Order: sequence, then C-alpha cells, then structure tokens
Amino acid sequence: MPTWEYAPAPEARETARLRESYGMFIDGEFVDGDGERMKTVNPADEAVLAEVPVAGPSDVDRAVAAARRAYEQVWAPLPGRERAKYLFRIARAIQERGRELAVLESLDNGKPIKESRDVDVPLAAAHFFYYAGWADKLRHAGLGPDPRPIGVAGQVIPWNFPLLMAAWKLAPALATGNTCVLKPAETTPLTALVLAEICQQAELPPGVVNVLPGAGETGAALVAHPGVDKVAFTGSTEVGKQIQRNLAGTGRRLSLELGGKAANIIFDDAALDQAVEGIVNGIFFNQGHVCCAGSRLLVQESIADTVLDLLRDRLGTLRLGDPLDKNTDIGAINSAAQLARIRELTAAGEAEGAHRWSPPCQLPDRGFWFPPTVFTGVSQAHRIAREEIFGPVLSVLTFRTPAEAVEKANNTPYGLSAGVWTEKGSRILWMAQRLRAGVVWANTFNRFDPASPFGGYKESGFGREGGRHGLAPYLADEAEEAGA
Amino acid sequence: MTTVEPGGRVDVRKTYKLYIGGAFPRSESGRSYPVTAADGSFLANAAQGSRKDARDAVVAARKAFPGWSGATAYNRGQVLYRVAEMLEGRRAQFVAEVAAAEGTGAAESIVDATIDRWVWYAGWADKITAVFGSANPVAGPYFDFSLPEPTGVVAVLAPRSSSLLGLVSVLAPVLAGGSTAVVVAAEHQPLPAITLAEVLATSDLPGGVVNLLTGRVAEIAPWLAAHRDVNALDLTGADDDLATELERAAADNVKRVFRGPRGGTEPDWRADPGTRRLAAFLETKTVWHPLGI
Repeated sequence: MPTWEYAPAPEARETARLRESYGMFIDGEFVDGDGERMKTVNPADEAVLAEVPVAGPSDVDRAVAAARRAYEQVWAPLPGRERAKYLFRIARAIQERGRELAVLESLDNGKPIKESRDVDVPLAAAHFFYYAGWADKLRHAGLGPDPRPIGVAGQVIPWNFPLLMAAWKLAPALATGNTCVLKPAETTPLTALVLAEICQQAELPPGVVNVLPGAGETGAALVAHPGVDKVAFTGSTEVGKQIQRNLAGTGRRLSLELGGKAANIIFDDAALDQAVEGIVNGIFFNQGHVCCAGSRLLVQESIADTVLDLLRDRLGTLRLGDPLDKNTDIGAINSAAQLARIRELTAAGEAEGAHRWSPPCQLPDRGFWFPPTVFTGVSQAHRIAREEIFGPVLSVLTFRTPAEAVEKANNTPYGLSAGVWTEKGSRILWMAQRLRAGVVWANTFNRFDPASPFGGYKESGFGREGGRHGLAPYLADEAEEAGA
Repeated sequence: MTTVEPGGRVDVRKTYKLYIGGAFPRSESGRSYPVTAADGSFLANAAQGSRKDARDAVVAARKAFPGWSGATAYNRGQVLYRVAEMLEGRRAQFVAEVAAAEGTGAAESIVDATIDRWVWYAGWADKITAVFGSANPVAGPYFDFSLPEPTGVVAVLAPRSSSLLGLVSVLAPVLAGGSTAVVVAAEHQPLPAITLAEVLATSDLPGGVVNLLTGRVAEIAPWLAAHRDVNALDLTGADDDLATELERAAADNVKRVFRGPRGGTEPDWRADPGTRRLAAFLETKTVWHPLGI
C-alpha cells in the first residue's frame, strides 16, 4: 500500500473560547460554590485548560432546591408548547456555537475533531430538536392519557461523550416537564458548562437546569439527595449497581446506562471491505471509549485469516495524533487513570496467552496515548474477552456456526449492543432476534440518532434514551401513584 | 373433627405440593407447614419451599425461556387463553378455595374477575409488539426499528392477601410478555395458587414457564433476589422492610425491580390494570440496517 503524507490541518484552538476559569451553574447564575477547585487538562498534552469549581454538599443542596422551586413554580406548570420553544432555542444555539463546542470538546476530551464536529455536536443539537417536538405531544406518546413529570432529576454523565450525554439527559427530562441537576464527568466539565451558558442565552428560567462539576463524591451526593425524585446515570456497571443499591427503598425512579462488551459478528458471506470498516468504527471510534463498542470481534473461522489481514492493512492507515487535526482518526486517551486501566488489561491479555498486535504507530511524547491494538488467540475465559476495557483494544474470537456465534455473543453479563455482518437477510433477522442486546447493528455499527431508542439488557442497565421510549423514564407512573 | 356417618363416604384429600419444571415435587427440604382457613380451621399441609427449591425453580424457568419467548405471539395467546378455559372449568373449586382462604363472601365475583383478567392478558400477547414497538425515522439511510422483548426469568412475590385474583394479576402479564416466572405464593393462603398450578399443568403451558413455590416468603425471597440468573423481581407481596432488603440485593446483577405500593396496602385488584405490569418486564431492542442497492 502506498503511504500518504498529510500536511497538518488543525482547527484553531481559539475557536473554543477557552477561559481560565469556569463557574458552576446554579439557579440561572454561574457561581464559585463552597468547595475546592479542580483543574481540567488537555489529555493530548497534559496542559491545564481551565479551573473549575468542585460542587460540595451545600452546592448540591442549593442546586436541588433551585430545581425544586423551578419545577413547582415555573417549569411543570408551563404548557408543553412553551417548554418546547425553549428546547428549540437550545438546539439552535448548539448549532450556532457548534464549532466552538466541537473544538472545546476535543480539547477537554481528547477525541478527534472530526468526531466532535460531525458526531457529538450535531447529535446533541438534534437531540434537543427531537425532544422539543415531544413537549406538547406527550398525550399522544402512548404513555398514558395524562402524562406528568416526576420532579427533580439528578443526572450523572460520563466523560466519553460529554456534551452529547448532557443532551441525552437534559432534553427528554425537560421536554416532559422535569427540572435537572446535571453532574458532568470530573475530567470533562467544560462543554456542559457552555451548554449551561446556552441555557442562559435561551433565557431558560433559572433553576430549570443546574450544572455541578465535580468528581465521584459530587455525583454520590447528588444521587443520594432526598430532594431528587429521579436519578439517571450513565457510566460503569460497578457504580450503577452501587446507585441501584443505595436507592433501594427510597421510591426514587432510576434509569441506568452502563457498560458493555459487545460482539461484532462477521459471517463468511459478509461484504468484507465494509465489514472491516465496521470493525474499525466499532472499536476505534472515540478511542474505544464507547460503552457499546464492538470490543469482541467474532469472525467465522473460514474467513478469519482474510479478515485479520484486511484489518491489519486498514489499521496501518489510521492516523493517531493531535485531536484538533482534521485528519486525525485516533485521539488521546481521556485520562491517566483510563490509560492505566487499558494498560493493565492489555498486560493481562498477554499474560493469559493472547497474542497482541498494533500497527507501527508513533505516539506523541506528552499526553495520554494508546495505539490501536488487536488481540488474537483470545478465549472466552480471558479477561480481555470478559471485562470492559473502554479503550482501542479489540479481542478476536472465532466461531463456526450461527448458533455458536449467538452462544458466544450472549456469553456475557452485559447486553448493550451487538453487530452482525452478512449479506443474507434472513440470517440477519434470525441473529437479531437471538442476540440479547438493546441495540443490534446489522451491516453497520455505532450509529446513533435521537429518534432511535438506546439502552441495555441485563447488566448494561435499564431504561431507554432516544425515541418515544426515551420519554418514559421521565414520566410519573399514574398507576404507581394510584396504588396499583 | 367430623366423623363419617354409617354408609357415608370419606373425602379424598389433596396433597398440596410445589410446581417446578412442570412437575409437582415436595420440597427437597422435606418440610411442610399447616395452612388454615380464614376461620382458623385446618385446611392442608403445604410444602415449605427451601433455597434449593428456589434454585431448581430458576433453572427450570431459564430452561423454559427460549421456547416460551421464541413461540409466536399468537401461540402464546392461545396457550394463555386455554388457561382461562381451564380456570372456567374449575370455577366451583376456585370459589370454594378462595372462600376458605380469604373468608370472603365475594369469592364468586373474585373468581369471575380472575378468569376475565386472564382472558385480558391472553389477548395482549400478540398486541404488545405493535403497541410497545416503533419504527424510528433516523436521519440517515437506515431502516431502524425497536421491538419489545421479554426480560427473561422473573421472580414474583405474589400479593399477600389476594390469593387468586392478585396472583393472576401479577403472573399473567409476565407470561403474556414472553418471560418465564418463579412465583412465591401468598404465605398464609397458598392453596388457590397450587390449584392454579394444576390448571397451568393441564393447559398446554410448557413445563417450567411458571414455577410455584410455597413457604416462608422471607426465607425464599432473598435467594431469588440475589440469584444471578434471575432478570427481574416483582416485590408486590413483600412488606416494606423486606422489599427494601430485596431491592438492594437485586442490584447485584442490575435486576429490573417492580415495587408494589408502600405501606403494606393491597392494590385494588379489580381496577383496570393498565399496561404498567406488562411494560415492566419488557426490554426494548433496536435494530439498524443500511438502505442501499
């Protein structure tokens, strides 16, 4: 294959309008809060980007109280058609400030600009646009004759899609008439705070959305707060279980979007070039920091060598480096802690006897980086086949029959997503029916849309985000209140 | 104690046992406990189920899941309707048992409501996909749809005081959605539940789809709540303290938990049940496929 040289094509960092310091957003105002401050760094070079306050217990109290006031006095009584217009305003403002948000996201998260620009930001805007339209049509959603909000939602989101996850949480909650206290991830608070600024610009009534930066302690204080009626969490299965345990007996509603260990299944009749693109997109999109990543490649034995040859060739063309460069395919690992976890698990893969391979790949000297990595000779018992690595690491297993593929794909406590590649329509549907996963991508992978429900089976969580289904976790259950 | 009159006939009494995997075993623990009528008179010795019985029941429910969930919705609906037919045929027996268990003069209307409730859910089996599913207009060249699918093995703690209507109101939605069930019967009024199991055993319902345990709820339920191969938990029959303990244990494998009303109040089982219980034991699967030539 010819080698292509690329001239640098970086986005201008100034577009992000980065400030030295950000506030937390409570009751319509940016405030410093009572706690300490933390620094958020650029994972691509470890340079400090900005200082952000850490929300402490008193800040959580204030934010929840503001959300309660806004819920009772303004937001819940507001007709749906008026709520809708605020959400439309937010959607438009995200579009207007799209480039700023994309650059800021890539700086804070380390993901390639082409992903933040083409995926994260447009989908975030689309999510608000989609749910805006539901706000005055809830009675037609098939979720009861008189759908009503739950109250104050405490929402905790991860660092892999910071702005997009904020949109996934806020848009359906607001459309249904709830008010929100959102905690962005410790390492990626910035775009959520710009989103708060957008709420200000949209003149969203104070207290309807509150944003509290912080680490795990802030999140724990939020989800345990007695003033919160509904908890929504996206993150690790371990923390999700802890939240479910802690909420036992409180009567608070909960939805969880947790980890995954998805199988991406390639049959011998698949369109192989497309399948290889799907494998690459499945596991190397966003450095593999994707809960629904196709981290287990199940390839039919008869074509395993061919697929691996094609895959190795393709990986040789991926460009790893500056997240702000428009040609970059693989950006930085989000944090030192995550890099350590990836290193630990890949070391375990080698120790357990799997064979490790990466393309020749120059890693930058500073920052958190990990090369695209493929493990072959993986058995189902290996840790790299069972545990979520959340990094650019693919474990390859083989199968002979469709039944064996189903058996292996489902052999995990997770159940978030799966991929199937075959040109045979009946086999796609047969497989899709048997895979115990909330999303099945057939001859594609890692597609997302606000109109499409997303969420897990088994230990990948419960509740759906997106589509008509995504309204239900934010609506009070009339029957529940009536006592049935 | 009644003695038989000269020339009279002695009743043949029934042995009430567990229902696991389509069979009626005694508890492996060998234990039983006396069940009394509302007026305090002795009715029967019921099997006192154990941890081992609960685990056997989960194994049976898991084994039955692929067949039951994979059956066509029309077939499931017909099987469930067949259950209603069998219930109707045993109406008099159920009236007698509910009257004895609950000490109610309304047993006839309770049994009628029970049969009607079962018919209602039987009819749901082949409506669920249309009502809970969707075609999703995504912004790209893809066909995208979402389908409801059964959650899996559901452990159900039957209501404490409505021994038949309440039981059917919590069990039938689990089955209509395609899940399989392990039911812990009302502790003090388990006999109508066991008779219901006899109906299920003779109604074309595959063995293992419903498994029924009798015994001490507080003893059996924690094993089900913590069981890694149970996908969901219906806590309707648990008091507040037990329900909270079980809800906590259920988090170990992220079980879907359905909690009944707090404060120990029994729901009005005659009210329109709505779709909430159906929805509680359904997952949503979204499938994407590109459009192209």
